[in-house]
Amino acid sequence: MKTFKLGGVHPKENKITADKPITNLPLPAKVSIPLSQSLGAPSKPLVDKGAIVKTGQLIAKGESFISSNIHSSVSGKVVKIDEITDASGYRKPAVIIEVEGDEWMETIDRSLEIKTEITLSREQIIEKIKDLGVVGLGGATFPTHVKLMVPSDKNAEFLIINGVECEPFLTSDHRLMLEKAEEIIIGIRILMIALNVNKAFIGIENNKPDAIAHLTGLTDKYENISVVALKVKYPQGGEKQLIKAITGREVPSGKLPIETGCIVNNVGTAYAVYEAVQKSKPLFERVVTVTGKSLSDPGNFLVRIGSPVDYLVEHAGGLPSDTGKVISGGPMMGKALTSLEVPIVKGTSGIVIVPEKKSHRVNIHNCIRCTRCITVCPIGLQPVLLAQLTAAEKYEEAEKAYIMDCMECGSCQYTCPSGRPLLDYMRLGKGKVGNIIRNRIKN
Amino acid sequence: MSILTVSGSPHVHGQQDVRSIMYGVVIAMIPAILVSIYFFGLDSVRVIFISIVSCLFFEWLIQKYLLKGPITITDGSALVTGVLLAFNVPSNLPSLIIIIGSLVSIAIAKMSFGGLGKNPFNPALIGRVFLLISFPVQMTTWPSPSPMFSSEIVDAVSGPTTLGMLKEGLMEGKTVGEIIATSGFPGYFNDLTGAQGGSLGEVSALALLLGAIYMFLRKIITWHIPVAYLGSAFLFSAILWLIDPESYLDPVISMLAGGMILGVFFMATDMVTSPMSAKGQILFGIGAGLLTITIRNWGAYPEGVSFAILIMNACTPLINKGFKPKRFGSVPVQTTIKAAKKG
Repeated sequence: MKTFKLGGVHPKENKITADKPITNLPLPAKVSIPLSQSLGAPSKPLVDKGAIVKTGQLIAKGESFISSNIHSSVSGKVVKIDEITDASGYRKPAVIIEVEGDEWMETIDRSLEIKTEITLSREQIIEKIKDLGVVGLGGATFPTHVKLMVPSDKNAEFLIINGVECEPFLTSDHRLMLEKAEEIIIGIRILMIALNVNKAFIGIENNKPDAIAHLTGLTDKYENISVVALKVKYPQGGEKQLIKAITGREVPSGKLPIETGCIVNNVGTAYAVYEAVQKSKPLFERVVTVTGKSLSDPGNFLVRIGSPVDYLVEHAGGLPSDTGKVISGGPMMGKALTSLEVPIVKGTSGIVIVPEKKSHRVNIHNCIRCTRCITVCPIGLQPVLLAQLTAAEKYEEAEKAYIMDCMECGSCQYTCPSGRPLLDYMRLGKGKVGNIIRNRIKN
Repeated sequence: MSILTVSGSPHVHGQQDVRSIMYGVVIAMIPAILVSIYFFGLDSVRVIFISIVSCLFFEWLIQKYLLKGPITITDGSALVTGVLLAFNVPSNLPSLIIIIGSLVSIAIAKMSFGGLGKNPFNPALIGRVFLLISFPVQMTTWPSPSPMFSSEIVDAVSGPTTLGMLKEGLMEGKTVGEIIATSGFPGYFNDLTGAQGGSLGEVSALALLLGAIYMFLRKIITWHIPVAYLGSAFLFSAILWLIDPESYLDPVISMLAGGMILGVFFMATDMVTSPMSAKGQILFGIGAGLLTITIRNWGAYPEGVSFAILIMNACTPLINKGFKPKRFGSVPVQTTIKAAKKG
């Protein structure tokens, strides 16, 4: 069975919500829709306080090359545009809307019928994806329309659909593949037209045999779409690792996946592309796994963007009294939240509730030079060395040791028997080295 | 819920920590401990006990009164050093000498460099070599194995060791064939089971291999150093044996005799003092293998494992500089595209 070669770990999977069907979450009383929900520049608000908006109405426009449009996820009244705390703990501007009813934009096709026929041209597809605010739903939230505009000197050969979901606990992509497979495949066909590629692969780890079987059955009639079962290994959902696992090609250090002729999109993104292109539905809701062993009713919920985390947790049985940490995203790369009022954004794949006794780091010992951090690094870096260089403020040396190649997957820190905060150092070092590089370019 | 813990990812941690690794090594040494007690009786218990207690005591003493820092004697590393030091000495070694060995291992070889993880040389081996040089007679007077429950009373003071008999015989001008034929020469079976003279932990290759398998399964050690070490030592002694079987021991018994198995699996694999990249570890193993056979055949001592490993420990920083791990994306993209097409 295929997988990537270098490094990787296998954390306990804990996919406790794998057999919980996606359920629609009722609308909250109020949503806070951040203006910065994708990689790139924040979007510019188009509504003022007091404005009445409909579900799916454009409320903020992405104006620079890498930015995306944002739509209202509910109908109601804009009560204010104010700064709120986001998942990383910073204050960021958001449009706050009080929900009244649920009146959708007339342009959205709300019928249940699956629209198979693709009528739009390549340019029209990209334009629609851009207008309707589709971004990568795997976590990095890179605007999808930008990804689809392949530079003229590069050639896209393969579309790779990421159904790996290698993070422990998360099952939103898994459920989507089981319940919306036909739509996902149409989304893939749309993406293939947009990219002008003849071959697409869907990579799924073999801890989801039902999804592999289901999608394999449905893609039988398409010769140019194949499902690839992958051996379970974290971080296989990383673009570079997934390309390596499926095609054997290696994205060069410091370069983008297109160098290998591959474009990677998440299954959730493929579904959002289907909804945008075929149903004219903007990206204003997504599937979020709300999970944790202490939760009484964990599940997979279809949630409107901007709903507060505590609202989701209430519907998953309420916050257990022994909770010590709440993670937005998975336990390997997710962010620990400072507050439960943080809204769900386009990039939120899951909420993991961690009991108090499991929410602390292990004690730090001296490094015993066991080299496990080096063995598990999927990039082949020496995390222990990079941490030492950063601690000693030797940033030039850290740059030469390729610290910028670190993808922050956390495998090193996960595996370190001495409990050393390797990734903390790597992040610090990357920030410093990034500054040095920017200054060098400026001068 | 009153306060949320906020920390950077990852929010989960793997199963292994320093303690589980160190205690894993101790568990892997249990078969050899049992064999040593079987053959050397309560003397073996005495040596192991004194070595462990004094190693722990000296570490505690230094951390408490000299460094005035946190006490970390429960992390298992001093325990491993204690057992390993005991494994490397004869079972009839006077208690005071064991205590001196422990002091050298812990105070000089480990704590003076900053404690766990900072020592360039394997502490137990430094202790052993110090004792070997300081107390050569006591350190090379091996008691004969006298299996428990056997009615046979053995009163021989000095038990024969494969390598000791070999060195002595060769110096007397005998051929290897004649030495092997001498009565009392341990041979394959005794080298495997442990019914021979020798340091108390090294006598039974079988018990040590059992522990090594456990460490492999628990992923405490990797194959690189042991395979490179045994492979190069085997090849080197095979070449010598093929050239002149009258002067050199055959490669199979060379692997089983002396401290080879103990050194290869329990001391050369010490994470702290061995290289960090796979290639570096292989080089380390090859170097140690060649040195061991060189010292055994042409050195003053019959056994060369300790010296070989210590010399390679000294080379480790250099090896680390020379061998970096293979980096993702370091080859031109066309190469991987072509390779993928072929494969």
